[in-house]
Amino acid sequence: MKEYRFEEKKDTRSGFGLGLLDVARTNPDVVGLCADLTGSLKMNDFEKEFPDRFFQTGIAEANMMGVAAGLTIGGKIPYTGTFANFSTGRVYDQIRQSIAYSEKNVKICASHAGLTLGEDGATHQMLEDIGMMRMLPNMSVVVPCDHNQTRLAAAAIAKHHGPVYLRFGRPKVPNFTSLDDHFELGKAIRLNEGSDVSIFATGHLVWEALEAGKELYKKGISVEIFNIHTIKPLDAESIIQSVAKTKCAVTAEEHQLNGGLGDAIAHLLATRQPTPMRMIAVQDSFGESGKPHELMVKYGLDARNIVKAVQQVMQDKG
Amino acid sequence: MREITELQDIATQVRRDILRMVHGAQSGHPGGPLGCADLLTALYFRVMRHNPEKFNVDGTEEDLFFLSNGHLSAGWYSVLARSGYFDTSELGTFRKIDTRLQGHPATEEGLPGVRVASGSLGQGLSVACGAALAKKLNNDPHLVYCLMGDGEQQEGQIWEAAMFGAGRKIDNIIGIIDYNGQQIDGAVNDVMPLGDLHAKWEAFGWKVLEMNGNDMQDTLDTLEKAKQQCGKQQPVVILMHTDMGYGVDFMMGTHEWHGKPPNDEQFEKAMTNFRETLGDY
Repeated sequence: MKEYRFEEKKDTRSGFGLGLLDVARTNPDVVGLCADLTGSLKMNDFEKEFPDRFFQTGIAEANMMGVAAGLTIGGKIPYTGTFANFSTGRVYDQIRQSIAYSEKNVKICASHAGLTLGEDGATHQMLEDIGMMRMLPNMSVVVPCDHNQTRLAAAAIAKHHGPVYLRFGRPKVPNFTSLDDHFELGKAIRLNEGSDVSIFATGHLVWEALEAGKELYKKGISVEIFNIHTIKPLDAESIIQSVAKTKCAVTAEEHQLNGGLGDAIAHLLATRQPTPMRMIAVQDSFGESGKPHELMVKYGLDARNIVKAVQQVMQDKG
Repeated sequence: MREITELQDIATQVRRDILRMVHGAQSGHPGGPLGCADLLTALYFRVMRHNPEKFNVDGTEEDLFFLSNGHLSAGWYSVLARSGYFDTSELGTFRKIDTRLQGHPATEEGLPGVRVASGSLGQGLSVACGAALAKKLNNDPHLVYCLMGDGEQQEGQIWEAAMFGAGRKIDNIIGIIDYNGQQIDGAVNDVMPLGDLHAKWEAFGWKVLEMNGNDMQDTLDTLEKAKQQCGKQQPVVILMHTDMGYGVDFMMGTHEWHGKPPNDEQFEKAMTNFRETLGDY
């Protein structure tokens, strides 16, 4: 089992703030919009450095999405920033018509996604966003796993012409990837090579998958672990190749079972290579208040549950 | 510059086109675009500086037009074709399978003249505000026009955009509201009264003008006045009084023809109102 270390925990949203600055410094077409959450999205430094390219829209997310679509007409690359809830569910029709159907080059950047938003509770814990966004034609969906990767992803999506949904979170989590790593939209990253089972994880669950991998290694199970940072377009070939070898798969994500990464991979495997699967995800329920770690344990989104799922799916394949 | 009689002749042909398109498809919205034919003609044939032959989505160094109330597509397509964006023969494909002239405007088929999809109401003014901001960033002195419906003023997003336009001092945009008093379910005042629309837009910080959108001279004069108001740290909106179904006696003064095509008999009767001025497509 390949070893991954981290020096400190860092939040992915700070990675976003830095990535936005990185790309804005090299690409003058990049502009930023925010709906009264500049501090939460870590867009303050962008606002300070590029005041003429930053647009505060107030608490009016529908308008923000429309304004972003309009800014692309004239060649701008708008990055919108608000919580995942207000980036998707609240403005689904605006994204659908003015951005996705209209093929607009808008980067929808969503923080505070999932249960790890914590104490604010279910009203703000968006768990359906990946599903909503991946259903839209033309839309790419990117969910980086840590601070450094979020920074790389935030810059990389500017190079892709078309609408992108970039999802990240609130809490500080292990920052184990390197800024020297290669990040390519749509290309899964294999973190560990193995032969007994494939684990496909996204976002905060990638670290949990690595923790589970260590545990399973001790039990003599050889685990192949992928960081699926791009859920759409899905890296079908890497996934198919892996399960062709391991013959079973576990998916892990901080999202509803319906519509998320597990759904996407189940569809792929069912149609191309039927394979026993288990899915770690929120089981068709809303979240609640609590500390991020407590919530992840209560809803079964942790290494311990990934280990269990692996053991079950290995029984399934016989 | 085109004389007013010439513009009136174009608007007459546009009204013929609208009726022929909606009748040909046996589907679509004749009432709204009949009411707005004069405005669309004035914009595309006299007021706007634009490049029909060299259309590109970015639209730098030209005026832009956004149709927020996308169901007026028949009227817009006619004016786009008549002003040179594409061949008028294509108007006959309106709403038919494999057409670029979708029921509501769209970009996916690449129809020249269309820069964003519209139809789901309330979104166009936000997009127009964004395009106007892009013009400012690009030091492009051209203007952005956006046509909305009056029923559409019931959408909350309109007022988000209204607040934004004034708050961000977007003074290179001219909003136009088709104030015909009708919407699908009936008179706007019965469905959901708008109250004092003039005062509302003024209270939101916009310079408000009013005009008779079925009087070409008044339309041209007011659009000129609106252009003079631009560049003064304040967005401009025109309440454009029109009759839905203008020019077809039996379609006027009612909401009945918002989204209904005429049958053969009604079509023949309606067409007698308009001379063929530029040649039918």
